[in-house]
Formats: sequence, structure tokens, C-alpha cells
Amino acid sequence: MISTLVIMALGALVLGAALGYASIKFKVEGDPLVEKIEAILPQTQCGQCGYPGCKPYAAAISAGEADINLCPPGGMDGVRKLADLLGREVKPLEVEEKPKQVAIIDETTCIGCTLCIQACPVDAIVGAAKQMHTIIEPLCTGCELCIKPCPVECIHMQPITENLDNWKWKYPVIEIKRAA
Amino acid sequence: MLQHLFGFKGGVKPQTNKAPSVQQPIGQAPLPARLYVPLHQSIGGSPNPLVEAGEQILKGQLIGGADGWMSAAVHAPTSGTVLAIEKHVAAHPSGLPTLTVVIAPDGRDEWITRTPLDYRSLAPERVREALRDAGVVGLGGAVFPSHAKLTAASSVAVEQLVINGAECEPFMTCDDLLMRERAEEIVRGSAIFRELLAARRVLIGIEDNKPEAVAAMQAAVQRLGEDHEVVAVPTRYPAGGAKQLIRVLTGKEVPASKRSTDLGVQCFNVATAYTAYRALAYGEPVISRIVTLTGNVLQPRNWEVRLGTPLRDLVALGQPKADTNKYLMGGPMMGFEIPDLAAPVIKATNCVIAGSPTLFPPSPPEMPCIRCGACAEVCPHELQPFELYWFARARNFGKTQEYHLFDCIECGCCSYVCPSHIPLVQYFRFAKSEIWSREREKQAAEAAKARFELRNARAEREQAEKAERLARAAAARSSERKPASAAASPPVAVAESGVASAVASEPAIASPPIDADALKKATIVAAMERARAQRAAVQPRNTEQLTFQQQREIAAIEARRANLQAESSPDEVNRPQRAAE
Repeated sequence: MISTLVIMALGALVLGAALGYASIKFKVEGDPLVEKIEAILPQTQCGQCGYPGCKPYAAAISAGEADINLCPPGGMDGVRKLADLLGREVKPLEVEEKPKQVAIIDETTCIGCTLCIQACPVDAIVGAAKQMHTIIEPLCTGCELCIKPCPVECIHMQPITENLDNWKWKYPVIEIKRAA
Repeated sequence: MLQHLFGFKGGVKPQTNKAPSVQQPIGQAPLPARLYVPLHQSIGGSPNPLVEAGEQILKGQLIGGADGWMSAAVHAPTSGTVLAIEKHVAAHPSGLPTLTVVIAPDGRDEWITRTPLDYRSLAPERVREALRDAGVVGLGGAVFPSHAKLTAASSVAVEQLVINGAECEPFMTCDDLLMRERAEEIVRGSAIFRELLAARRVLIGIEDNKPEAVAAMQAAVQRLGEDHEVVAVPTRYPAGGAKQLIRVLTGKEVPASKRSTDLGVQCFNVATAYTAYRALAYGEPVISRIVTLTGNVLQPRNWEVRLGTPLRDLVALGQPKADTNKYLMGGPMMGFEIPDLAAPVIKATNCVIAGSPTLFPPSPPEMPCIRCGACAEVCPHELQPFELYWFARARNFGKTQEYHLFDCIECGCCSYVCPSHIPLVQYFRFAKSEIWSREREKQAAEAAKARFELRNARAEREQAEKAERLARAAAARSSERKPASAAASPPVAVAESGVASAVASEPAIASPPIDADALKKATIVAAMERARAQRAAVQPRNTEQLTFQQQREIAAIEARRANLQAESSPDEVNRPQRAAE
């Protein structure tokens, strides 16, 4: 009787110690779900979801504060992936989905005020005070954050057209022929 | 020479249709009215244009310099004038434009000074550089820069060098004719490759439906006293695939994740060996190539065509028949339909086939997959095309990769045998380009995130630095002010701006210091002034980086502005005084 109790108590102690050790040793820093959500978001850092960047939005989704359909650059594809990950319903996007675009500065009207440089979240604009600014197109995420601060309205968005580098083979289409 | 040959799994035996285009020797295509030489003709970096519109150029002059190691140069195919460097339709299934040098030939066809390289005495690196600058790329169709393939893996010595003359695609005969007519140069080129790679053996594989080419190559090898082995391999498509030919000749199977060099084998096309020899021994860069023009034409033949010749000019040489409705670039198995005949001949153009409804009848409608497994039987890479098809069709790209989609060489055997006429390869191409595009997007997103985080870190650091600077300045000011405040007994004297201190000290001097109420008010005014001054200091003015001259100018302007403001609105300046009273 006593030996049984001792064995059980010992077992409980050993297992408890092991669990306690594991909880310290394998402690997960941060929320892994936030990282997974962030990996799906397009990282445009545009703030169109109402949060100041992709990470805060990911945190809000993870906390259940934000819906999954607030990210227009991610598109319906992104919503679908988030729904898959979180086991939620797929919802239509709050705002209309736009084609991918880049910002273009009209360099003749640019006055060199540096306001757009300060607004760009990904450092894709180069220029100096009273010098012409320009956008490094491959780095531009198309977030449109530079458009509002421009005092002379010299920035516009241009959809990315198909070129040899981004061209894709199309999904094979089955032609439907009229029955004879 | 007796050699044990190995087999490869799968493959098909389509009708070869090679006879019509081998009746005549290689012809020299005439000079077209305009040449459109695209700058990006090989795998790797796009060459940078080195000429300007209006410039006179000579035949063989460098017009596009290689961009980095993994790239190959582009040269002028004839002498003349550069008309423009502009976007022109590319020889690509999309028909999208690409940066192209447009040349008006002057008809003189005048060469630059060609300097043969003594490649035997040069260091191997120099020879590789010379090949890159001569624009030598894989002419079998993949246009991979050859110099990059001529670096032996450091761990494994190259045992066999395979020279690919199999030419398994139906209709195509450009390598066949090249081997018949210019065998010696091919053998010499192979010897250069062999030296660069320090390969022990050279195996030249030719399909056994080209006995003339085999004989010509054997004769050339004997004449030159080389010990290359010319091997006739059984005719079966795709015996000319690099991995298939290596398997047949050496018995080595290249695993999915490895390259043939890891097994000590390297493979080059016969035309590549030919151009490499011309480039080194004669100093002639790659400015033309042999193109088979065949199919629904009256004069099927092989032509030596200058790169940049519009395809329209080329097909006119063959006199296409009236019912020709489309043109293919490459063979019927792996080629694509040319969307626009204005596109030029490029280094990858090995064959142009005129098609007609009788030659290539429109494919019957796609039927459901019946899981017969015929595609898996013929797949030379032992994939399961029907499984890949299901997943590609359902856009389940992760699963397609699990089923080794990227081992598919798009040879077209599966589509060829499919009883349901499913365009399997098209599904695979779609899935591949979709996966690549997603990969690109993912990388772009990761880079954007990294830049965003860096920017935030920088903003934080700058703010911290500014705060520290301000704190230091404030400390310096307060230590300066201490003796002053000791001299003037009322604490209001510490007000910062000149106006405020004058205003504040006035009541202090006018009224006796025992007036507690006035003293309190004066303290508040001084505090407000201080706060305002602090706000002004915190606001970024971006003037730290300017030159001394500019800063002085700004200071002068600021002073003028302050004067003007003081003159225009004296009430404003006086308001604190009233408040103090």
C-alpha cells in the first residue's frame, strides 16, 4: 500500500519535473499564429486594413479583433488562404480588389519636398530636398501611401503590365464547339 | 568501336519527317532589309546595350555586353547603322516585346578585326571569359551560357564529356546537316571543351537515323587523330534530352536534385561546340545559326541565318504553300506557335515549321482522363503525368511539387500518347509558371518586410538620437544659465526668448517682488514660452545636412521673417504682456 503510494508520488514528481523543464526549455516566444498570418499577408505595409502595417493587422486577426477580408492587396487569394489557416469562413473583400500597380513620379512637376520619401514604408523612393525624386520600381509595393502627402500631385499609380519577366502560361482553356 | 549502350525508360517514336529538309546543303540566307537583334537571348542576365541609335557598326561588333557571369554577349550580325534600340516583338510564345537593337545593313558585310585566340596557352578562366564575350550559348534550344557549364565541379572530376548530336525532335535536321558539312570544326570544338573540363572521354551521341552524320563525324575524328567515340544511339524520342543521352551513353542516371556534373558528366550540343571553335580559333562571335525551315513549304532546307533576321523573311525563302495557317518555332513536340512573324531569329531558333490543317490537324476535344496510365509508361523521367494533371488542373500546386513537377522536361510524350487528347504539357507549364510567379511574389513580400522593418528601426534610432541631442543641449543651457539666474533674483528671468524675457522681467522690475499673483502669472508665461520654443526645436527642419552657406542663408531668411511678423502684428507680440498685467 505504502509502496504503491510512494511509486505513484515519485512518478508524479518525475513527470511534473519533466513537464516543468520542457515548458521552460521549449517556451515559444511570441505568437506563432501571428507569424503564420503575416507570411500570408502581402507585406505592402499600406495600412488599407486600418492597421499601421502588416504585422499589426496579423496580430489583430490572431486576437480576433479584425476580420480576414480587410486586405485589398492580398486579394481574394489571400482571404482564402487566411480562411484556410484559421478555419474561418471565406468572405468577400471589404474593398474592391485592384490589379498590382507601382507608383510613378512625374519628374517634371516634382518640387523635391521629400514628403513622399517620408511616407514610403519600404524606402522605395530616392531623392533629396529640392532635388527630383524617383521611385525604384522593383521595390515599390503599390501601397499608395505616397500619393496623399504630395503637395503638387505629381505621383500616380500605374498598373503593372505583362512583360517577358512576369508572363505566365495560361490555364488551358477547353474550347466549347457548337454541336453540329 | 564497340560500346555497350543503355536504355532509358519511356519515350515515343513519332514519325520523323526529316527527309525533306536534308536534300539540299546548308544555304546562306540573304541579308534582310532590317535586322532586329534582341539583347536578351540567353538564360541569365540581360546584356546591356553598348551602341546608340545612329551609330555605324561592323559585323561582329559587340552590341550587348554580358551582364555578370551568368549571361552572354550579343553581337552585330552584319555591318550597318543602328536605327534604334527599342521594344520589338520577341520570339516567345507570348509575343510580348523585348529590348531590341534595330540595324539597317549597309550591304558591305564588313567584319571587325577578328583576332584568333591561342586558347591552348591561355588560362582556362580567360578562355571561359572569351566564350562569354563571344556569346557562345547552348544552341540545342536551352540557350544556357556555355562558359558557365565549362567549370568542372570541384569535388568530382569530369569523366565523360557528352556531345549531343542526337537531334530527336521530328522535322529538325539542323544538327544533322551541321555534322555532315562541318564535322571537323565540331570535333575541334569538342576537344577544346574536353581540355577545359579535363574530361577523360568524349562521347558523341548521334541517333542511328542519321548514318551520314555518323560517318562524317567518324571520318573527322580519324582525320584529326582524336580519340572521341562517335556512337549511334537508337532512334527514340527524346533520346536527345541531356539526361536521356547521358543515360544511354554512360549508364548514369542523374537524380532529380543533382546535376550531371555531380556524376562527372557534362553535355553540350554539337552546334555549341562548333560555335565555340569558331569563336576561339577565328575570333568570330555567334552572329548566325543553322535553322531548319520545313513543313508545309515548297523548299524545305537548312539555312545559315543571321540572328535578328525577321521570321517573315526566313519563311519566304521556303515558299510556304497556300494552306499554311501557322508556324512553329522548335519541333512539333516541344516547340510553340509563333504569335507574330515579325519576331526575329534568335540563338534558340533551331527550327521553323510551317503548319497546315492537314499536317497538324487540330487536336480533338479534350476528354476526361480515364487513368489508363499510358502517359506514365512513356514518361522518360518516370513521373506520373496523370497525377500531375489532376493537381495542376485543381491548382493544387503544393501537391504537383510533391509529385516532382519540376523534373518534367516538357518533352510532350504524355500529350502525344494520351487517348483523351489532354494537353498535359500545357497544364504542367501553367503550373510551373504559376509556382514561379508565387515564389517571386513571396520573395518580394519578404524583401518589402525586411525594408519596412529596417526603416522602422532607423526611425526609432533617429528619434532616440534627436532626444539625446536635445537633452544634452538643454543640460548645457541650464548650466550656462545658472550664474545668470543667481544674479537676477526673480525666477522669471530664466524665460528663453528675448521678447518673453523682456516682457516677463518688466513687471518683475516694475512691481515689487512681493506681488505673488503677478509673479505666478509671469511664471506661467515663461513656461508657455519655453514650451513653444521646445515645440519649435522638436519639429524636424531637415537642415542639419546642409552646408554652412545654406544654413547661414536660412538663418538670414528666418530673421527677416521674424522681423516682418513683429512689424505686421504688434498685438501678437504684446499679447503675453497683457496677459502678464
